[in-house]
Amino acid sequence: MKELVVISGKGGTGKTSIMAAFASLAKNKVLCDADVDAADLHLLTDPKIKEHHDFQGGGIAVINPDKCTECGLCRDLCRWEAISEQFEVDSIECEGCGVCVDFCPEQAIDFPLKTCGQWFISDTRFGPMVHARLGIAEENSGKLVALVRQEAKKLAEKQNLNLLITDGPPGIGCPVIASIGGATALLIVTEPTVSGLHDMERVAQLAAHFKVPGMVCVNKFDLNIDQTQAIEKLAKEKNITVLGRIPFDSVFTKSMVQGKTIFEYNTKSKIGQAVEQIWRKIIESPVMNKKGDV
Amino acid sequence: MIISIASGKGGTGKTTVATNMAVSIGSDVQLLDCDVEAPNAHLFLNPVIEEEKSVFTPVPEIDEEKCTFCKKCAEICRFKAIAVIGEIVLTFPELCHSCGGCMEVCPENAVTEIGRNLGVIETGHKNNLHFVHGRLRIGEAMSPPLIREVRSYTRPDQLTIIDAPPGTSCPVIAAMKGTDFVLMVTEPTPFGLHDLKLAVEAVKLLGIPRGLVINRSDIGDNRVKEYAEKENLPILMEIPFDRKIAEAYSRGELIVEEMPGWKEKFLKLYDNIKEMAV
Repeated sequence: MKELVVISGKGGTGKTSIMAAFASLAKNKVLCDADVDAADLHLLTDPKIKEHHDFQGGGIAVINPDKCTECGLCRDLCRWEAISEQFEVDSIECEGCGVCVDFCPEQAIDFPLKTCGQWFISDTRFGPMVHARLGIAEENSGKLVALVRQEAKKLAEKQNLNLLITDGPPGIGCPVIASIGGATALLIVTEPTVSGLHDMERVAQLAAHFKVPGMVCVNKFDLNIDQTQAIEKLAKEKNITVLGRIPFDSVFTKSMVQGKTIFEYNTKSKIGQAVEQIWRKIIESPVMNKKGDV
Repeated sequence: MIISIASGKGGTGKTTVATNMAVSIGSDVQLLDCDVEAPNAHLFLNPVIEEEKSVFTPVPEIDEEKCTFCKKCAEICRFKAIAVIGEIVLTFPELCHSCGGCMEVCPENAVTEIGRNLGVIETGHKNNLHFVHGRLRIGEAMSPPLIREVRSYTRPDQLTIIDAPPGTSCPVIAAMKGTDFVLMVTEPTPFGLHDLKLAVEAVKLLGIPRGLVINRSDIGDNRVKEYAEKENLPILMEIPFDRKIAEAYSRGELIVEEMPGWKEKFLKLYDNIKEMAV
């Protein structure tokens, strides 16, 4: 089985729209939305949820006022200043380290597991999809990302599907690291702006750091040809395959408004042709055809 | 006063709003770029950088001479950052959350703390504007401690503008918590709306007054405006889609320096925020 993960560094470069277009083109695959923080793929794929699971992150400290003698040891030990003078735990600040729980002389602090989101197995008109929703202001997004990727892989194995396409989060931190570890290849979707170039470089360094092969495409390339060329030059220097360019086109927004992929909205658009070509290059690329599974 | 600029969805124009507003105000103002994973504000401000500082988070180091391999450190660690196998102690610094539990629990005082590099903080200025940003080290997973470090540069006697990261989880909370006003930036598309709703819930949880900027306001559909009205979320500014703005952005140029009329609009935006934040 192969897994392609779509990332970008900078947000809003077109990851999810392009990913949904791939969903139209790819065969025998499972879709996975690993942007659990602000998942959007479902807005284009309209999943029918078949399985619904709670996601339990770590524990969280809860002080039992009946047992608490207000000795203050927990407040001294807590490095997140999550315990108030009234000995109440701020659940947003609590890191879930449990140090207060272990040291409380009265055993007055409970450490219940916290449900910090849900994850789903769904059917879509493009095939099965695994996705999730992290609770607002929650931690453990990396753990949930790892979980949805693992479940997507299991589902693909069960249904004998040999490809996983994963929509990754923006940035380079914890959820991105959890999205790319062990992937077959990354598609970096970037845009020809100073920010697009800057963030693409950081994500390319991250790919090299974790030794995952990268490929790149430039969305809205005609907005600034100089920046497009700079991105392609940088990609070559970093050993990242340049797959192609997608023109600036309002079809992306128009199809999104209708909840459709670009191919469903217009079968013959210019961006459609560009995306189709990029997809063909991906599935024919040496890295996606190497022996060995993820 | 501290104004944080957040969005939910990435790429909606947070940095555009943060940098243009900061430059329009010009003096007695600082901009803290807290999007440490993908910091971009410097590309538009071109600040003179005066100082660079590495930031570290404490992680355990075991003194094997003192260690009796009792495993108490491994047992207390909820993040699996220490393992004891026979007479070998392994630490996994990249998994460590720096809670200090292992050091507290060790009966032999065999655990001390060394630093794991989180990244760097650079400080500088553009004319009278004070600038600070963090750059997360490539391969480092945890951005909140670096974000909190960037925020420690807040000058209470000045206006502070925070460029927050996208999303709705711990990094954006670290950037918004305790600020006086959250200015949310979105685009009127289904993705923009969906992620705006999540971000609004996060801001509500923190109980901070808020307002909305709609960027590329003439693309997409009307649902963001309908939502804002229903939520009593005041629309403080609309920036229409203009290829000239998009091209200026692509080159790293500020709208207020390239196009007439925008400086006044951003100053008006700031005036409105001042009234709402009190």
